[in-house]
Amino acid sequence: MRTRALIRMAIILSLAAPATEALAANADDFQAALAKAEAANKQAGAIKNQWTTTAGTLKAAQAAAAAGKFDDAVKLANDAEALANASIAQAKEQETAWTQAVVR
Amino acid sequence: MLRKIFIAIAIVVGAAQPLLADNAVDPKADFKAFRDYFTKRFPKVPLDDFVNGPYSMDADLRKQWKAIDEFPPYEFAVEKGKEMFATPFKNGKTYDDCFQNKGIGIRQNYPYFDAKSGQVITLDLALNQCREANGEKPFDYTKDEMAALTAYMAFTSRGKRFDIKISNDPRALAAYKIGGEYFYTRRGQLNFSCASCHVQSPGNHIRTEVLAPALGIVAALPIYRSEWGGMGTTSRRFTSCNSQVRGVPLKPEDEAYRNVEYFLSYMSNGLPISGPGARP
Amino acid sequence: MASTIRVRAVASGDSTEVQSLIQHPMDSGFVKDSKGQIIPAHHIEVVQFEHGGKTVFTAQWGPAVSKDPYLKFSFKGAKKGDDLKVSWVDNKGASDSLVAKIQ
Repeated sequence: MRTRALIRMAIILSLAAPATEALAANADDFQAALAKAEAANKQAGAIKNQWTTTAGTLKAAQAAAAAGKFDDAVKLANDAEALANASIAQAKEQETAWTQAVVR
Repeated sequence: MLRKIFIAIAIVVGAAQPLLADNAVDPKADFKAFRDYFTKRFPKVPLDDFVNGPYSMDADLRKQWKAIDEFPPYEFAVEKGKEMFATPFKNGKTYDDCFQNKGIGIRQNYPYFDAKSGQVITLDLALNQCREANGEKPFDYTKDEMAALTAYMAFTSRGKRFDIKISNDPRALAAYKIGGEYFYTRRGQLNFSCASCHVQSPGNHIRTEVLAPALGIVAALPIYRSEWGGMGTTSRRFTSCNSQVRGVPLKPEDEAYRNVEYFLSYMSNGLPISGPGARP
Repeated sequence: MASTIRVRAVASGDSTEVQSLIQHPMDSGFVKDSKGQIIPAHHIEVVQFEHGGKTVFTAQWGPAVSKDPYLKFSFKGAKKGDDLKVSWVDNKGASDSLVAKIQ
């Protein structure tokens, strides 16, 4: 009887554990996301086209991580990476697009 | 006969080069196109009036400006600048020694392309170069001291017409071209270029401000802004424009900024210095 | 040290138009500096104009007036060559005054 209860418990616990891991981000996930975002923003810096909002979002990501809110922190880091990439795309596009605006 | 044909082809191809070569820089043509664009768009604005920025675009704003100008808010900065200009450095020399005509009435000659150093020299840069050559620490390009000095120098040059030269030196032409490129390039998360506001939308509002036309816009620098509660330098204006479109600004007097100033000043050739300006 | 007060008074017929520009930070006491610290209130409380021993204009300024305030007003009863005295007192007890000739 007791063995069956124990087996039942074990099955329930083993099913529960993986689901929890998939939802919650941890400090490592944040560091990975942050590294990607910072690398992208550094690239934008090299072509002198960073956005102020990228830096702001990175800061917010750090703050969330410091408060232990890793889900938020990862999301913000991903947002920052997207902003940095958008600023790089803007610079690349503008390399030729600027001539369209010239007063002729 | 064949030789004549070859020569004829060569001449035709040679003549067609400027049309084919997108990279050919033609400041004179750009100047004319720029000038015509603004005079055609604003036929009622006298040419010289473009240097008054938003006041040439909005009658009500102009009235307010005329009232303020009876007792200009920049008087204190100009006086401070005059005092600073006359104060000798620790080595006994003064700013006089660094400039033509003792620094009086010369604002309209800046920026210029310096062949020796291969870069554009703005008035602000020249002032700090003067300081450093005489053993003094350079001023922060965005703060009050530089603002006061340049305000005084602009004031002594009021009415004198921009006389910016672009020689055939390919480096000068390149600097001019890069300046133009910066001016027309979109930047920041808001994706605006300088042209978005000052070529496409002069006279229109951006929030509560009336936008100034790019033609003559540098003639009023430095500017006393009511918003700043004080006199602000060219660098302050450029860097804050960048951050206002959510773009991280360059360092003050960065080469790109100096090239933009070179480009805009050349485009304003013949227009009178109206600085230091008073703006909302 | 130069005066903080600039004044120009021009008599025209019976009326004298006065303009003044006063150099003063006029800190409201509500603004924070870059470090997040409140910049203490430092502003003119009262500015006064006197002619012939009488006060012809008084303004009670305070935190709402911005830096380097400009003022313009007209009054009757003065003529060219008369003295016009301008004085101010601020919330720290500092003051300045100037006597100008009406033009």
